[in-house]
Amino acid sequence: MDTLSSLADGFAIAITWENMLLALLGCFLGTIMGALPGLGPSNGVAILIPLAFTLGLGATPSLILLTSVYYGAMYGGRISSILLNIPGDEPAMMTCLDGYPMAQKGQAGEALAISGIASFVGSFFATWGLIFLAPQLVKIALLFGPAEYFALFALAFATLGGVSSTNQAKSAFAAALGLGLAMIGVDTQTGVPRFTFGEVHLYDGLDFLVAIVGLFALSEVFIFLEHRHGNADAAKKAVVIGRLTPPMSMIKQCTPTMLRATFLGFLAGVLPGAGASLGSFISYSMEKKLVDKGTFGKGDPRGVAAPEAGNNAAAGGALVPMLALGVPGSGTTAVLLAVLLSLNITPGPLLFTQNPDVVWGLIAALFIANFMLLAMNIPMVGLFTRILMVPPKVLMPIVAMVSFVGIYGISGSTFDLQVMIGFGLLGWVLRKFDVPLVPIILGTLLGNAMESNMRRAITIDNGDWWTLVDSPLALTLWAIAIIGFILPVLVGKVIKSKMRRDDESSLSD
Amino acid sequence: MSDRIFGVIGLLLSVFYIWAALIIEESFLSDAVGPKAFPIIIACVLGLSSIVIALRPDPEPVWPPLGQLAEIAAAAVVMFLYSMLLPEIGFIFATILAATYLAWRLGSTLLGSVLTGLGTSIGIYVIFHLVLGLSLARGPFGF
Repeated sequence: MDTLSSLADGFAIAITWENMLLALLGCFLGTIMGALPGLGPSNGVAILIPLAFTLGLGATPSLILLTSVYYGAMYGGRISSILLNIPGDEPAMMTCLDGYPMAQKGQAGEALAISGIASFVGSFFATWGLIFLAPQLVKIALLFGPAEYFALFALAFATLGGVSSTNQAKSAFAAALGLGLAMIGVDTQTGVPRFTFGEVHLYDGLDFLVAIVGLFALSEVFIFLEHRHGNADAAKKAVVIGRLTPPMSMIKQCTPTMLRATFLGFLAGVLPGAGASLGSFISYSMEKKLVDKGTFGKGDPRGVAAPEAGNNAAAGGALVPMLALGVPGSGTTAVLLAVLLSLNITPGPLLFTQNPDVVWGLIAALFIANFMLLAMNIPMVGLFTRILMVPPKVLMPIVAMVSFVGIYGISGSTFDLQVMIGFGLLGWVLRKFDVPLVPIILGTLLGNAMESNMRRAITIDNGDWWTLVDSPLALTLWAIAIIGFILPVLVGKVIKSKMRRDDESSLSD
Repeated sequence: MSDRIFGVIGLLLSVFYIWAALIIEESFLSDAVGPKAFPIIIACVLGLSSIVIALRPDPEPVWPPLGQLAEIAAAAVVMFLYSMLLPEIGFIFATILAATYLAWRLGSTLLGSVLTGLGTSIGIYVIFHLVLGLSLARGPFGF
């Protein structure tokens, strides 16, 4: 019951006019960003961090704003999947399979409504899961010493590529690149400058916000510039939305599906290396196996409910390791970690004892955001569909300029802007090579913490490097890391091609 | 082929990184590990993964034609100029220029891109500066 009283305290913190307004704003912006193809949850949060930061919001309000954006983007991704057959973000890919056929049958409104309800169920129960699971994980995390933390970081990098990763060498490359970038600047333990080559601007290290906004937001602008003759100008035809209330029988039919998908999705979110995309994928495949009578892929409402409940549950689940261990399991939670770090809050077990107001205020805000999103997404969905019609040629200049404003607002430095452009180009090149960007971000975020844990562990043991693999806990973590890294090499191609096949078979219909 | 070149560049990068790590001047007060060890470990991971990428390349990525590459380079140059001009001519003018250029290159008509540029610049100025109080670059006219 301790948990429930903490939660009540959390609600007391979250329910102020400022916080409620921020949550509302976050939900609204998040839904838009999720819905617009090309701006996923990571991009959305990345662009808004510098702004939240320069506006001088406190820790809890900025977190409320940004996690509302995160949840909102998860809701929003389905809108363009259903209406345009273009996933607004990666996790919404599976929603296209049954959502678009439903829209073609004139049931777009029902598809939007049932997926909105499914999103709500998924994230509502996942937030409860977060409340009960995170404190348990904290108990384990309190047993961790520096050596175990070092192993945990290694585990996070090894599994970040995910089970669907096709080229682990490129994931490893990305992680090493990110860690390498984090080393730039004055060494925190001895005070000597590293990799600065005499450039004074680099003594403080690269600001990870600059890297994040450059890699995610600006590289998106470059991608659109490259493809402007192609899909950027694709004609969008208006879709008849139809009625916005699903019949009771449809809700009833979908309820067991939603609950099963929520459970699976949450699990996928908590586990390292799975994340929301996999959550929606396994939820959909499981439902297809369980209840399909030949209607899946042709506009079965359960085929819309399953992936939506799955990916929203995974979004909540992914917050568990991020808050309890300080190690994010997905791209967007990595970006949220950046938020915490730039607010000078170190996530991890101590967060729950030292900043309980932040944790529980955040969790309460998640509940509030969820109800707001449900209210926003069912009656107001027409508004969002109209925003979808904003063409990239108008949207992308705005994205670029807002990115510049955010970064300039933090430091007021031209140098940072130029570094950001560099990261934008780098992000474009790396995307061409199919190198994942998330490990780079995680590397720049965690690099210094990883190094100092390693050095602390070895220093405590008088320079003995074997201390890193000396405890059963550390050995277990290393074992999981190695398995997690090798597994995708064996099964990654199979899963990825299966995801693609499902997707393509629906497009050809 | 692209992946092989990518791998070789990655390998060179890792060698350069190790060299740069070795020339770090150690302070007389150091912990048991020192500031060099971790960067060198990272560079080894970087090098190894580059070798694997070079030896087992993925299918060739679709490279855009030269014109499109020039497009991206030009956009980067414009953004770079933007960052230089920002403190000189102020937020509003610099942003109008940059946003107009981007909108034009993304396929707007000339009039459309000027409108996008004006709208973006003034919109951001009003929302972020006047309403939210964010400090933006000041030009000679104070905006």
